[in-house]
Amino acid sequence: MLSPQAIEKIDYELTKYPADQRQAAVMSALRIVQTERGWLSKESISEVAQYLSMPEIAALEVASFYNMYDLSPVGKYKITVCTNISCMLRDSDEIVSHLQTKLGVGFNEVTADGKFCLKEGECMGACGGAPLMTVNNHAMHEFLTPEKVDEILEALK
Amino acid sequence: MATKIKNLDTTKPVMTDLKGQTLVCLRTLTEENPASLATYIKLGGYSALKRIVTEKTKATDIITEVKDSVLRGRGGAGFPTGLKWSFMPRYFDGTKYLVCNTDEGEPGTFKDRDIIRYNPHQLIEGMAIAAYTLGAHVGYNYIHGEIWQDYETFEAALHEAKAAGYLGENLFGTNFCFNLYAVHGYGAYICGEETALIESIEGKKGQPRFKPPFPASYGVFGKPTNVNNTESYTSIPWIMQHGGAAFAELGVPNSGGTKLFSVSGHVEKPGNYEVKMGMPFSELLEMVGGVWKGRKLKAVIPGGPSTAVLPAATIMAATMDYDGLSKVRSSLGAGSLIMMDETTCMVKALHRLSYFFYEESCGQCTPCREGTGWVYRIITRIVNGQGKMEDLDLLTDVSNNISGRTICALGEAAATPVLSFIKHFRPEFEYYIQHGKSMVEPQ
Amino acid sequence: MLNIEIDGKALEVENGSSIIDAADKLGIAIPRFCYHPKLSVAANCRMCLVQVEKFNKPLPACATPVADGMKIFTRSKAAIEAQKSVMEFLLINHPLDCPICDQGGECDLQDVAVAYGTSGSRYTEEKRVVFNKNIGPLISTDMTRCIQCTRCVRFLQEVGGMMELGMVGRGEHAEITAYVDKSVNSELSGNIIDLCPVGALTSKPYRYSARSWELTRRPSIAPHDGLGSHIEVHVKDNKVMRVLPRDKESINECWLSDRDRYSYEGLNSPDRLQVPMIKHNGNWVETDWKTALEFAAGQIKDITNEYGSEALGVLVSPNSTMEEGYLAKQLANGLNCGNVDYRLRQTDFRLDGKRVGTPWMGCNIHEIEELDRILVIGSNLRNEHPLLAQRFRKAVTNGAQLSIISPLDNDPLMDIAHKVIVRPNDMVNVLGQVLKAMSGLQRLSLCLPPSLNELLAEIKVRPNTQAMAESLAGHGAELDLIAPKVGIFLGNMALSDPRFTEMYSMAEAIGGISGAKGGILPAAANSTGMHFMGVMPSSTGMHARAMLEVPRKAYLIVNIEPELDCQHAALAKAAMQKAECVVALTAYKSSALEHADVLLPIAPFTETSGTFMSMEGRVQSFTAAAKPLGECRPGWKVLRVLANTLGISGFDYETSEQVKTAIFGGEKPSAVVWRSLNNNLKQLVEIQVNIKHDGLQRIGEVPQYNADPLVRRSPSLQKTKYNTKPLARMCAKQMDQLALVEGEQVLVRQDQGSAVLSVRLDNHVAMGCVRVAAAHEASVGLGDLMGDISIEKLPSTKGVSA
Ligand SMILES: Cc1cc2nc3c(=O)[nH]c(=O)nc-3n(C[C@H](O)[C@H](O)[C@H](O)COP(=O)(O)O)c2cc1C
Ligand code: SF4
Ligand code: FES
Repeated sequence: MLSPQAIEKIDYELTKYPADQRQAAVMSALRIVQTERGWLSKESISEVAQYLSMPEIAALEVASFYNMYDLSPVGKYKITVCTNISCMLRDSDEIVSHLQTKLGVGFNEVTADGKFCLKEGECMGACGGAPLMTVNNHAMHEFLTPEKVDEILEALK
Repeated sequence: MATKIKNLDTTKPVMTDLKGQTLVCLRTLTEENPASLATYIKLGGYSALKRIVTEKTKATDIITEVKDSVLRGRGGAGFPTGLKWSFMPRYFDGTKYLVCNTDEGEPGTFKDRDIIRYNPHQLIEGMAIAAYTLGAHVGYNYIHGEIWQDYETFEAALHEAKAAGYLGENLFGTNFCFNLYAVHGYGAYICGEETALIESIEGKKGQPRFKPPFPASYGVFGKPTNVNNTESYTSIPWIMQHGGAAFAELGVPNSGGTKLFSVSGHVEKPGNYEVKMGMPFSELLEMVGGVWKGRKLKAVIPGGPSTAVLPAATIMAATMDYDGLSKVRSSLGAGSLIMMDETTCMVKALHRLSYFFYEESCGQCTPCREGTGWVYRIITRIVNGQGKMEDLDLLTDVSNNISGRTICALGEAAATPVLSFIKHFRPEFEYYIQHGKSMVEPQ
Repeated sequence: MLNIEIDGKALEVENGSSIIDAADKLGIAIPRFCYHPKLSVAANCRMCLVQVEKFNKPLPACATPVADGMKIFTRSKAAIEAQKSVMEFLLINHPLDCPICDQGGECDLQDVAVAYGTSGSRYTEEKRVVFNKNIGPLISTDMTRCIQCTRCVRFLQEVGGMMELGMVGRGEHAEITAYVDKSVNSELSGNIIDLCPVGALTSKPYRYSARSWELTRRPSIAPHDGLGSHIEVHVKDNKVMRVLPRDKESINECWLSDRDRYSYEGLNSPDRLQVPMIKHNGNWVETDWKTALEFAAGQIKDITNEYGSEALGVLVSPNSTMEEGYLAKQLANGLNCGNVDYRLRQTDFRLDGKRVGTPWMGCNIHEIEELDRILVIGSNLRNEHPLLAQRFRKAVTNGAQLSIISPLDNDPLMDIAHKVIVRPNDMVNVLGQVLKAMSGLQRLSLCLPPSLNELLAEIKVRPNTQAMAESLAGHGAELDLIAPKVGIFLGNMALSDPRFTEMYSMAEAIGGISGAKGGILPAAANSTGMHFMGVMPSSTGMHARAMLEVPRKAYLIVNIEPELDCQHAALAKAAMQKAECVVALTAYKSSALEHADVLLPIAPFTETSGTFMSMEGRVQSFTAAAKPLGECRPGWKVLRVLANTLGISGFDYETSEQVKTAIFGGEKPSAVVWRSLNNNLKQLVEIQVNIKHDGLQRIGEVPQYNADPLVRRSPSLQKTKYNTKPLARMCAKQMDQLALVEGEQVLVRQDQGSAVLSVRLDNHVAMGCVRVAAAHEASVGLGDLMGDISIEKLPSTKGVSA
């Protein structure tokens, strides 16, 4: 069951579209539910599909097409590091290996305590601040150095 | 309003050196609180909209003004904005839509982000003027998912504008209505392509549509829709304030106005720089503090990876405008300069870019879905020391077979880096294949 | 019209056609995978790239509209280069497993690769592997072979009406799948096998059983519903291996329902009766034809001699051929017996003798999609006429407004403009309301005859029926249609209802006012044919129901299992039990034929020649696709010899063709049929509109895969979700009223019969009704399909949730 908070937020998104186009809100709805539950299970996707009166498979198509939706658990904090060219030129490799040693996981792995998951990201549209990463999709940290990464991790602990 | 909207963070960015810049789209950067409505109004904001709407300026006059400005689409293709606007059907029984493309996800591109976070109201005004001109009553700004904080900033600005009477019903006491909404992507480069973006707004996966029909006749929810880039719309209020000719005047023939350049990679001061069209590349390089660590420039991708890479010597002689870059067989694209110094391994750089296109192909059309993976695997093999000399011709051939045979321009975009890297840096590739290691990287 | 040129050949084409359509017209083959004329254009495979003058890039022929003066080159150097490169891309990740692929020999990819590919591959990297999906009992998947053309996805969405497959993931990882762990449930699902241009989707029952080149292909006609779909029967070693559609644009287009596609499994059922059998001291003994026929004839003779000819009842399945029906009737006539009928699932025979001609669907099948306003009365379209439902869907997609009056609210997978879901008894009142509302509409400005007016006097029009009436009259929100094309159709639930006469008369009156086409949607492959030939009681004879109510001493039954195929299962069972002799012409041994005395093995439709008349009156003959199994004989031959043995004259037919000639009096069928098809009534019938009825009513729907003996024996179809055991299905309110909980066992009674069934919540059922499926052994104790029913709680059982 979608939580009342989630429904309220989805209903707000629905105000953006014509009444007969509920499916249009699926991008937001999936984002809202994922933010609340950490990731998108099969049940979550079905609930969203039902709420928006759209076929489940169409909701799954969307959930599986966009990188920022997670279809498996990603721990409490999902850290996504951009490794694309502009970041790579500014040593994102160093940030990645620092994170990997520090957390003891590789890409797409979750730490044993279930706290952190590391992901490789594509261009985030903020290359001026390279190297950079996001935490749980919505918080961006730019101009990273190993020291700055440590501070961020510390704050999340 | 059911949902609480986050307060605007209107504080000024830390990293800006405005010297040498000509501010049109980022004109609020001179102020303390650049993103606030008060700042924008202080700089004359919304006055063009108000005048147009209350004086009932003729749509055709506005389009003429935009044509005169020689504003060309800032999303990458450089299509003349005034001309595009004239394609929208005037009479249509039903809703017409206006869409702004803030999905920039092409590596090295981050200019639209600064517009929505530092000067959102100018974009809103630009879209409102476009809506008035094109007879659209509903608009969407589709914002790249990863810049979430900026999405929230923009949404807050929308509420601010609505509360102040610049958006909504019966604006300025006339019968003109315009509702503008922020919507977001969630991690798919292809949604920058306008028809994929439209699909995404409709709540579908972002697969480009076959064109024709173009959005002007079949866009959002199947209705006539005009799509422009953020920077294109944001230029409109200035044009309507100062006249098309004045805007054209800022630039060079065929490339009117100013342009935001996103500078990333091996330079001292990466960031966005708004300068007049036609500025020599060398001057721009100086402005961004030159190549970092005192190194030498090796190569530059001038407009994002979908534009051909250029060796330093070539681009040093070029000017930054549409014609200037096509003269040297590349293009201005979205104005995303990726700077590479002498230590850059071109094989590895291409490897990363080929991964990007492989990863971001939407997967619907055969040449792109299959070809981008093939290209990436060949280059991976080369990087792993298992390359063969024939691979270079194969890469060229496969890329040519993708290019021009796909539904959308991602096919060309994926082929361009392969073709241009091999063309300009072939010896480096040959060296890698022969020795199984990079020519430039210390081993 | 536009003038274009393709490969140097000039052509005039219609505005708006695509290059590929134009080329097809000229017979110029452009290779393709994603394009299909019946589906939306995806233009994603890129195989159809051609060169067009003045364009520097090759263009997809499927998605490019022609323009006047266009010069197109499909085999120029540039075109071939583009096509070859796409072929190369398609093959790099495609497994080279043609030798073990079911599609081998009939694979588009294989064919095009031979024509457009190169011999060696330049691809030396690893190939992609995609996991297979389990999408149900009918379709087998091999997803590594998929080329992402999305034909299957588009079919289910656009033709099937529900998006059941999708392409998830993106780029090279994009794959076709159903939603997590779900199967594809469309009753048209098999078509995606035909659509798949590679071997990714293949038939599960057919899998690995034959190679396409080993099969003999014979045209035939589908034997279940009244659509008359054209099929092709594929035979290996005299065994039917599969059934595929044949293109017939005006009937089935290029599609086939799953029922018509997979029921062939029943042909190879272990139940098949291969030799004649006689019951001897309560035991079945195999015998030879001569003995069996003489025994059967002797019994019939004895009984008719002793009790009179009216002691015999002849029941013929509406799925039998015209030849079989005709001879069965002639046989009865020869014995002077008027008790013949094919209307096994009907209770209301008040219209007998009042009709002008043969009732039919009232229009051509393809006309349905052109309708503007549609009223469907008492039909669960997708269950009764799975493929025809798709035509209605097209109409609705084209903008038609669909109205439904029914006791069941099942989703037809198309938009419904207006619906009223009520008890069967109340449907008459609702129709009366619509009629009354229509007569009051200004633009029709019609007055009803005083008799009707009087009849409707008591009736109060409600807003929803008013809206329905306005819709049928062509009123629209923005625009009134000047001359709307209206269609009104009555389905199986109306046909089986005790108040069918009322529903029919009302529908006729509404149709008269609105100028509608339409009529009944006959249930079975040959219902219309049987009616046309008058396989019905003589003026003094008994109809199907009466023959069971007042049991006969002897029965001759053709191609039926009485308790499963008759309206009143319990009566049918009892009648057979009581009879002194039951002679059954049947393709199957069956527990439902336990009370027969002689079983004469007849050939199913694939092993005989014969004729069906479809719901639109089309007379379609077919020949045998295989030799009869064992000692089976075509039904018409058995009837002929039986008649001969009975000493009836006039049975000298040598071929089924001769029987057909006799049926149509030597004339061309089409010349005769049109004179007969007519839904009008000769005279007014007495009807009552406003009958109060408070008891519970049964909705005895016949599930589509239980409709006749053949389809009941297809194991694969029985594995689908449409094979549900009869349950006592009710809406929540009804359950509350009876204080029942889901899963609870209840005693369901009809007349003297009963069944213990489990309660199931089904909000598609109208209040006041219990939906109990028929044609299933679990409900053979019950009575009329659409009769009164009662429910008693069983004291001892506790509710277990199902
Ligand atoms: C693969 C691909 C990615 C694109 N990404 C963007 C983008 O991020 N932002 C953008 O404005 N246009 C992008 N475009 C171009 C758009 O399709 C479209 O041309 C543009 O938004 C039109 O606006 P303009 O005329 O103002 O430039 C992209 C095109 C392609 C083929
Ligand atoms: S070119 Fe690539 S991204 Fe564009 S439609 Fe084709 S598969 Fe999708
Ligand atoms: S048939 Fe034209 S692109 Fe597939």
